[in-house]
Amino acid sequence: MTDIAISHVDSRQLAVASQWQLVWWAFKRHRLAMAGLVVTAFFYIVAAAPGFFAVNDPSQQNARAAYHPPQGVHFIDLAADGSWSVRPYIHPYALKRDPQTLQAVYREDETRKSYIRFFGTGYAYKLFGLFDTTTHLIATDNKSEPLFLLGADRLGRCVYSRIIQGAQISLSVGLAGVLLSLTIGIVLGGLSGYYGGRIDFAVQRLIDFVLSLPSIPIWLALSAALPHDWPATLNYFMITLILSLTAWAQLARVVRGRFLSLRTEEFVTAARLDGASEWRVIFRHMLPSFTSHIIASISLAIPAMILAETSLSFLGLGLQPPTISWGVLLREAQNIRSIATAPWLFAPGAAVVIAVIALNFLGDGLRDAADPYNK
Amino acid sequence: MLRFIAKRLLWMVPSLIVVSFLAFVLIQLPPGDYVTTFIATLAASNEVVDQTTAADLRARFGLDQPMIIQYLKWISGILLHGDFGLSFEWQQPVSNLIWERMALTLVLTFSTLLATWGIALPVGVYSAVKKYSVGDYVVTFLSFLGLAIPSFLLALVLMYIAAVEFGQEVGGLFSEAYVNAPWSFGKVLDLLHHLWIPVIILAASGTASLIRVMRANMLDELNKPYVTTARAKGLSEFHLLVKYPLRLALNPFISTISWLLPNLVSGSIIVAIVLSLPTAGPLLLQSLMSQDMYLAGAFVLLICALTLIGSLISDILLALVDPRIRLE
Repeated sequence: MTDIAISHVDSRQLAVASQWQLVWWAFKRHRLAMAGLVVTAFFYIVAAAPGFFAVNDPSQQNARAAYHPPQGVHFIDLAADGSWSVRPYIHPYALKRDPQTLQAVYREDETRKSYIRFFGTGYAYKLFGLFDTTTHLIATDNKSEPLFLLGADRLGRCVYSRIIQGAQISLSVGLAGVLLSLTIGIVLGGLSGYYGGRIDFAVQRLIDFVLSLPSIPIWLALSAALPHDWPATLNYFMITLILSLTAWAQLARVVRGRFLSLRTEEFVTAARLDGASEWRVIFRHMLPSFTSHIIASISLAIPAMILAETSLSFLGLGLQPPTISWGVLLREAQNIRSIATAPWLFAPGAAVVIAVIALNFLGDGLRDAADPYNK
Repeated sequence: MLRFIAKRLLWMVPSLIVVSFLAFVLIQLPPGDYVTTFIATLAASNEVVDQTTAADLRARFGLDQPMIIQYLKWISGILLHGDFGLSFEWQQPVSNLIWERMALTLVLTFSTLLATWGIALPVGVYSAVKKYSVGDYVVTFLSFLGLAIPSFLLALVLMYIAAVEFGQEVGGLFSEAYVNAPWSFGKVLDLLHHLWIPVIILAASGTASLIRVMRANMLDELNKPYVTTARAKGLSEFHLLVKYPLRLALNPFISTISWLLPNLVSGSIIVAIVLSLPTAGPLLLQSLMSQDMYLAGAFVLLICALTLIGSLISDILLALVDPRIRLE
């Protein structure tokens, strides 16, 4: 594909381009993959500094805002004299009780306006867990009027801010889990592919066996075994470990296949005849020639991890509140009565779907770009 | 061919032993045992259980013996008498509780498998033949969406739409009149009437990935010279597709069953919990929560064993269709 895909590149440049350069050129041509890359990057930036992007403190409960509906943001501000300017604002909602059913009814109070400021001040948080600050991307100028972009949940907590906070855990579970399974996958797959013979046979059977097991019952059983009183970080680590226990097999299979096909290549034989140690043959000569392929497999494994964590936490056996992850948030949407009164509780689900689609496109594009024989 | 089947069947034996041990270890993992949970429940209602009663209970359930003895007792009971032990929570033999639920799980999984293939095959072929047409883009978009939506979310959204827009309860596999009724023709019809919703939810993600597989397989085959030859000989386009490239593209398609099946079973458990279907899922979750180990163990064991048998069947099917595999 290289000559068709990157025909716009000067052939002299092409001749001396590094492998990564070629992959990047091929990747750039894949529009969906580029879009996936942009969205994924955006998600991870948000996940790196959730406090900055959040509006309200994600754990702050507010009895006066239970099931507060999402607020519409108005952009064009009409002044009393008829002139207008572009300045986003909201009308604060007033809580009323229905006199007959005592149900909470929120009504927009159109007489008052609360302006939205960029880089305004809000609740105090630690940026990257290091610096104390109160600056947020968006904030209202009146702190007593909370801004609920995506409504509030049963306890009056801001759904928007919670989704942003949850991104940190949900997206990092994917990364951590994949790194863990990659380590197991490379070691076992590498051993099996490089040495072949009996080791290969044993590892192959193990991979087949793990792949033929339904993962959910095993995850359920394993995470039911975790004590509920463990600290949040330990719990988080154990969940990633549990997810990687069955996910490594896919990666090991990919690595093994690559090792097998490379083992007989001339450059590997040459390196061995040169007297290079086994360690050096593997890590200096063989591994670099399929890193791009491994990266592509990783980016396809991350969304699967995210989905797995979401499902597990949703069932109540994964991460436990007060830890905030998308799966934990979706537990709020578990019964039909609460989603009938507050459909915005589905919003974390939308975040999951968007993140997973973006990562899938990204992975697809990477896989195509990393394959030098791709037509 | 017989040799191949015999060899594969022999291979099943160690796999099944490992699965059974795995299931037993899994249920042994939680700290404490059922008696601890039982005492905690009693303590919540201000009943105090003294040490000797606890020890008596442990001895009665055989919980005081080493793990390997417990395992051997358990597995020999299953193999020799079909006895899966006693469910602590329900105070009933496990086998009374599981068979109907396992059968319904099997029905659900099998119907989903059929639906997945039934949809993915024609759509994948269409998508490949009309490559880069509007239809192909729509299918591609939908299949990416199907891959990204977790099945429980789809179930929740469907439940929401049914409840809010149509005022109907979605959930369960039977109407109220049939829930406790013995099996009859009417009950089967009622089951079919309820089955399609979970089947569609479950089939969504599997169908999405199978469409991708089928499309890629067909695209590989469509450019080969034998297709051009057949076309040059004047074969009708439909006949040509079905007779040659489709048959070749079908092989990788059949082999997908070995990973499709575990995924389907996994997915069916979550969806069953959301939709409260009378299948293995909800009871498995409940038994895990309350450390009802024999019940949970029986479910994990049976589910894993079924999946292994399913992939064995797919291997044999594949060998029947593709002579190259038999000769290996």
